[in-house]
Amino acid sequence: MNFSVLQFPASNCDQDAVHAVRHFGHSARLVWHKDAALGDTDCVIVPGGFSYGDYLRCGAIARFSPVMQAVKQFADNGGLVLGICNGFQVLTEAGLLPGALIRNRDLQFHCENIFLKTATNDSPFTSQIPVGKILRVPIAHGEGCYFADEETLAKLKANNQILWQYCDATGNLTDTANPNGALQNIAGICNEKRNVAGLMPHPERACEPLLGSDDGKWIFESIFAALKNKTVAAAA
Amino acid sequence: MTEPAITPELVAKHNLTPEEYAHAVEILGRTPSYTELGIFSVMWSEHCSYKNTKPLLKTFPTKSPKILVGAGEENAGIIDIGDGIAIAFKIESHNHPSAVEPFQGATTGVGGIVRDIFTMGARPVCAVNSLRFGPITPDVAADVSRRTSSPEEGQRGLTSTTTNGEADAQLKNNRRLFAGVVSGIAHYGNCFGIPTVAGEVYFDKTYQGNPLVNAFCLGVLRHEQITRGAAKGVGNPVFYVGPATGRDGLAGAAFASQDLTEESAEQQRGAVQVGDPFMEKLVCEACLELLATGCVAGMQDMGAAGLTCSTCEMAARAGTGIEIELDKVPQRAPNMSSYEIMLSESQERMLIVVHKGREEEVKRIFDKWDLPWSEIGIITDTGHMKVRHGGKLVVDIPARKIADESPVYQREAIEPSYLKDVRAFRLDGIADTTTPVEDLKKLLAWPSIASKNWVYRQYDHQVRDGSVVLPGSDAAVIRIKTDSLPVMSAELAAKVGDPTVSEKLIAMTVDCNGGYVYLDPYEGAKIAVAEACRNLACSGALPLGATDNLNMPSPLKPELFWQIKESVRGLAEGCKAFNAPVTGGNCSLYNQSPAGPIDPTPTISVVGLIEKIEHVTTQWFKDEGDAIILLGDAVDQADPIFGLGGSAYLQVIHGKKNGSPPRCDLEVAKTLHTTLIGLIQSGLVKSAHDCSEGGLAVALAESCISQLIARDTPRLIGATIDLSALKDVRLDALLFGETQSRVVISCQALDAVKVVERAKLMGVPAAQIGKVGGDKLTMKTATGEFSAPLTELHDPWWNSIARAMA
Repeated sequence: MNFSVLQFPASNCDQDAVHAVRHFGHSARLVWHKDAALGDTDCVIVPGGFSYGDYLRCGAIARFSPVMQAVKQFADNGGLVLGICNGFQVLTEAGLLPGALIRNRDLQFHCENIFLKTATNDSPFTSQIPVGKILRVPIAHGEGCYFADEETLAKLKANNQILWQYCDATGNLTDTANPNGALQNIAGICNEKRNVAGLMPHPERACEPLLGSDDGKWIFESIFAALKNKTVAAAA
Repeated sequence: MTEPAITPELVAKHNLTPEEYAHAVEILGRTPSYTELGIFSVMWSEHCSYKNTKPLLKTFPTKSPKILVGAGEENAGIIDIGDGIAIAFKIESHNHPSAVEPFQGATTGVGGIVRDIFTMGARPVCAVNSLRFGPITPDVAADVSRRTSSPEEGQRGLTSTTTNGEADAQLKNNRRLFAGVVSGIAHYGNCFGIPTVAGEVYFDKTYQGNPLVNAFCLGVLRHEQITRGAAKGVGNPVFYVGPATGRDGLAGAAFASQDLTEESAEQQRGAVQVGDPFMEKLVCEACLELLATGCVAGMQDMGAAGLTCSTCEMAARAGTGIEIELDKVPQRAPNMSSYEIMLSESQERMLIVVHKGREEEVKRIFDKWDLPWSEIGIITDTGHMKVRHGGKLVVDIPARKIADESPVYQREAIEPSYLKDVRAFRLDGIADTTTPVEDLKKLLAWPSIASKNWVYRQYDHQVRDGSVVLPGSDAAVIRIKTDSLPVMSAELAAKVGDPTVSEKLIAMTVDCNGGYVYLDPYEGAKIAVAEACRNLACSGALPLGATDNLNMPSPLKPELFWQIKESVRGLAEGCKAFNAPVTGGNCSLYNQSPAGPIDPTPTISVVGLIEKIEHVTTQWFKDEGDAIILLGDAVDQADPIFGLGGSAYLQVIHGKKNGSPPRCDLEVAKTLHTTLIGLIQSGLVKSAHDCSEGGLAVALAESCISQLIARDTPRLIGATIDLSALKDVRLDALLFGETQSRVVISCQALDAVKVVERAKLMGVPAAQIGKVGGDKLTMKTATGEFSAPLTELHDPWWNSIARAMA
C-alpha cells in the first residue's frame, strides 16, 4: 500500500509518519506542498508540525497550498485521509472536517501521554481497535481544544462521527483527563462519508514498544485493513 | 554615510583596552575604520575569543580515539558511535539576553545551538537545557536572603534585608523570567521539531537578576557527512542564505561579555535577537538537502558577531582570504551602514562556500524552500577579509591574525576569604531533626528538587520518534535509527550500499549544583561531572564525551577568577577520570547583577552510549517484593559534617547555605559506575536512581513516586526501608546528607544476595536496605520509625512548581 505524507514548510512529524508506515511494512513517501498531484496513493497522511510556522492561525495557510487541492479531490473520490495534530488543524481549516481546534484552555503547550477511548469501531480508522481497549498515546500541541457550534456537535453525534475521546485509565470521560478543554473530550473525528479523519494525539509516536507504547498501531492496522478490503472489493 | 572618528572614548565604548587597540593598529598597520573597530570589538570579546579562559580551557582532556572533530576545531565536536555513525553535540549559554528579554533570549539560545549542530552536517535529533533562576516560592526566599556582601568579604548574610514588598516583587520577577524562558524554549524547539528530552532547573537567590540559560543540542550523521566551516578553494563563491539582515542583535557577543547592570535591561534590549523557528526549520532542511548534493565546500552559521565572525573564522580555518560585497547582502531595513550589516546578529542565517560551477544547486534548493539567498563574495588567496560597501573598501583585515592573535590574559587568582568560614562550618549549633517526614515533604516541594513536569510538559519531547526514556528519570535516552540520519549524497549512497544501520541508544544528562561550587569550586565541579556520569550509569550508559558551559562571574576580580580556575580544574579532573573528553563548550563570564556575582556554575553535559535496549534502566521501582539495595557508603563518616555541607536540607530546613560540600573521590565514583553498569548489563538491575540533592530519603521517595503512566496517572509503589543497623549517626545526615557516590537500585528478591556480593567484590559498599511494596514509604532507623503515605509525598513533589506559577 502506498501512503502519501504531505510535507509543508515546517511540517515536523512528516518523517515520523513515514517511519511508522514503513515500520509496518508498507510504503510511504513525502509529497511536497507545491505539488499539484498526489501520484499513486492509497491513503494520505497530513502530518503534525507547524505548517507555514502556524502563522496567522494553525493550518490556515496550508489549506491554500496546491497539494491540498489534490487532497480535496482525493477525498471527494473516497480516498482515505488522516490528519494528525497539525494535520487535523489543516483538515478543519480546509473544510474537510467540521469544527475548529483552538488554544488549549490553560494556554500552555501540552506534551504528555493521554488515554483514548474509541467511540466507535465503525470507521476505516478504528475498525481494528479491540472493543473496550483504552489506547495510551502521546499528545503534543498548544491548540488542540476541539470546538464546534451546537448544531455541528449534534450532527457529529447523530452521524457517529466522533471517533476518539480523552478518558482516564479506566475509560471514564472525565474533565481532568481532558488535556485541552475539548468539547465532549473530543480527540478525533471523521467526516460524514467516514473517509477523512483527524485527531490531535500522535499514533505514529506510539507504534513500537521501545517508545513506551505501541497502542498507535491499532489505528494504522485499521487503515491497512480498510485499504485491503477496498482492494479486494475492487478486484471482485 | 559619515562614520565617527576613532577616539579613545569610542575605543573604550567598544570594550577594547588601550593595549588591545594598539595591537589592532599594529595588525592593520594603520588606524582601523569604524566598521573594523566594531569587528575587533566582537572578535576579541570573551564570547568569541575566550581571552580570559583560554589558558584554563587547555587543561581539559580533549582526546580519545573516538573523537572525530575535537574541541575548538569547529562549531561542535563530533564523536564516533560505531558502524560509521557519529554524533555532534554542544552546549551554549544565552544568559544575558534571557535576563533582558526571557522569551526571545531563550528562543535564540535554542536556535543558535541547533544551527551549530546542522552546520556540521548533522541532523539535530534532540535538545537539552540547563536553567537557573531566582526563587519562585517565598519560603526559601524568606529563610535565605541573598548575600549582602561580596563573596570575598564573607559568607552570605542570613538575615533578610529586603522588605516584604520588595521580596514579593522579586518573586514575581523571578517567575516572569522562568515562565518566559520556558515558553521561549518550548516555542522554538516545538516548532522546529526537536524533542527537548532532558534538563535541569535550579532556583537560588544568587541567580536573581542574572538567570542562566544553557541550551544543548545533539545531532547525528555518518562520518563522511562531516562538514567543515572552512573557506576552502580559492575562487569558490560565497553564499548568504536565510532571512535578511536587520538591525536586531547588534553586537550581541560584546553585550554578552559585560556585567549586567540596572540600565542594561533598557539599553541593551536592541542587542537581543528575535528568533524564528519556522525559518530555522526551513534553513536546516535546505542546508541538509544542499549538503547531499556534494556542492558545499564549507559552511558556517552566522551566530555571535554574525557576518563578521563567520567570514573571519572560515577564512582563518582554511588559511585563505574572503571578499564580500555588502550591497548584495539581503537587508531588512533601509540605509544600513557597513558597521550594522557586519555586526548584526539577525538569526537563522548561514554562510556557505560552494564549489565553483555548482551555484545553480544553491539557487534550486533555496528557491524550493522559498528562502532568500545571495551570492555575496568569493574566496581569495590574500589571507585578508575584505568587505566592500557602496563601491568602497570598508574592511581589510588579515583574517588569521584577528582570529588567532586575539589577546590572552593570565588573570590573577586569589582564594576568597569566605572559604575559611565555609570550611570551619560545623553542625554544633544545629539540632538533629525530630520531624523527618515533614522535612522530607518540604524538600520534595522545594522547587529545585520538585518534579519539573510543569517545565517539560511544555516541551515536545517525543517528536522524531526516538525518545526512549522521557524527562523525569536520571538521564534521557534516545534511539538513533536509519531515518534519523541526514540524506546521503549519491556518491556516499553508492559507497554505503544498504543504508540501514543498527539502532543506537544515546543517553544524556546535564548537571551542576552551583551552591557546591560556590562553597568549594574544585570539589563542586568534580561533583558536577561525577553526578552527570552517575546519572548515565543509572540509565545503563557509558560516557562518550562531554560539553561544558562555564557560567561565571567577572574574571577581573582575583577572588572570582580563582573560582573559575578551580572550577575548571575540577571539571578537567572529573572528565579525565570518567573518560569523558570535552569536545567543546561555551564560556559565559560577567554573570553578575548589582546584587553581586552568581554562584560559579560550570554546567556539564555528558553523553553516553547504551549497548542494548535491555540495558536501558529507569529510576522508579518496578514490582512489589523487589529488593532495594544501596550501593555506596550510607554516610561519609570522614566528613566532619557528614555530607550536609551545602545540602538542600541545610538550605530548606535551616536556612543555611554553608559548609564544605561532600567530598568527591573520583576513584570511588568510577568504581561505583563501572560496577553498576556491569550489574545492569548482567540483567540484574530493575531500577537505579542516584542520591543527589536531598540525599537518600529524597532518592527513595522519588523511586516510589516518579513513574508516570500518562496524564494525571502516576504509578505509586511503596517501600519499606530498614536503616536501623546504622547507629551513631545523625538522623538528618543519614536521611538527607548528600554523601557522594551512592545509588539506590532494586532487583528481584532472589537476586539480592548475588547483587550485594558482586558489588562488594568490585569494591563497592553494598547492602540490602529494604523491600518494594505497599502504598507508603516507611523508614526504620536507630532513632525510630517514620512513615508517609505516597500520595502525601507525590503531591508536593509533583505540584509545587505548578502551584508557584499558577
